[in-house]
Amino acid sequence: MNTPRLWFVVLAGAALSAAPASAPAAKPRAPVIYTVILKDMKFGPTPPAIHVGDTIEWDNEDIFLHSATAKDKAFDVELKPKAHLWTTFHTPGTYAFSCRYHPGMTGTIVVRP
Amino acid sequence: MLLKAFGVAAALTFTLAAPAAYAQAPNDAQIAHIAYTAGTIDVAAGKQALAKSQNKAVRDFAQEMVRDHTAVNDQALALVKKLHVTPQDNPTSQALSKDAAAKLASYAKLSGAAFDKAYVTNEVAFHKTVNGALSKTLIPNAKNPELKSLLQTGLKLFTEHQTHAEHLAAGLK
Repeated sequence: MNTPRLWFVVLAGAALSAAPASAPAAKPRAPVIYTVILKDMKFGPTPPAIHVGDTIEWDNEDIFLHSATAKDKAFDVELKPKAHLWTTFHTPGTYAFSCRYHPGMTGTIVVRP
Repeated sequence: MLLKAFGVAAALTFTLAAPAAYAQAPNDAQIAHIAYTAGTIDVAAGKQALAKSQNKAVRDFAQEMVRDHTAVNDQALALVKKLHVTPQDNPTSQALSKDAAAKLASYAKLSGAAFDKAYVTNEVAFHKTVNGALSKTLIPNAKNPELKSLLQTGLKLFTEHQTHAEHLAAGLK
């Protein structure tokens, strides 16, 4: 499951975009944290796309050691059982990833500018 | 060697998946014992591989087996303690242990690529057998919901192990 933690930021952004032309320019988009849960030997759903500056929280709910490891080595997060760690994305791209310990566990993160 | 491994796997399949051989289905204490025994066997096989193999892919797989099966068995021990259940030895556990001991002795005589192939081939057969037993016999007969849940977690894990072992075996050919 992916959970935007900062919905209020999104709502604020929507309100600003709907404001009259005379209103102050919209503030830069604030970063959002999404959660990807590792459970039952699978990565849970990832968000359709995230943006540069956003963060993925990896939440290992299994009793096994896992990792979230980018195929291109852009990130490599080792997740002990019940641990949760974060990866912030600074470069746009499509990141295929898997668990180093369980190669059948795979996923993809799409990062937009 | 391949035929021998297959023969043992076939025997275990019959033993584990043929409840008709018993007067009644295994109870939770017997199921816990069988699952724990299977995990212990694979940990021992993994440790033997770590002691003998120089192949990185085989060693990585063996470490995965030791780590994951130890984790499941630790969880199983905590569960039976919580439930005040004493795992009960039974003919299936005994057959598993006997066959595993024979295999360890047999593989101890091998080295290099011959050992790697024998170990990985057996891992494929072993996980296939245990997964069949879990899905057809152990999980359906488990009464305690927490035990059933742990067995289901084990099945997901061991299915991933079987896939990993099959890919590894294909790469060793």
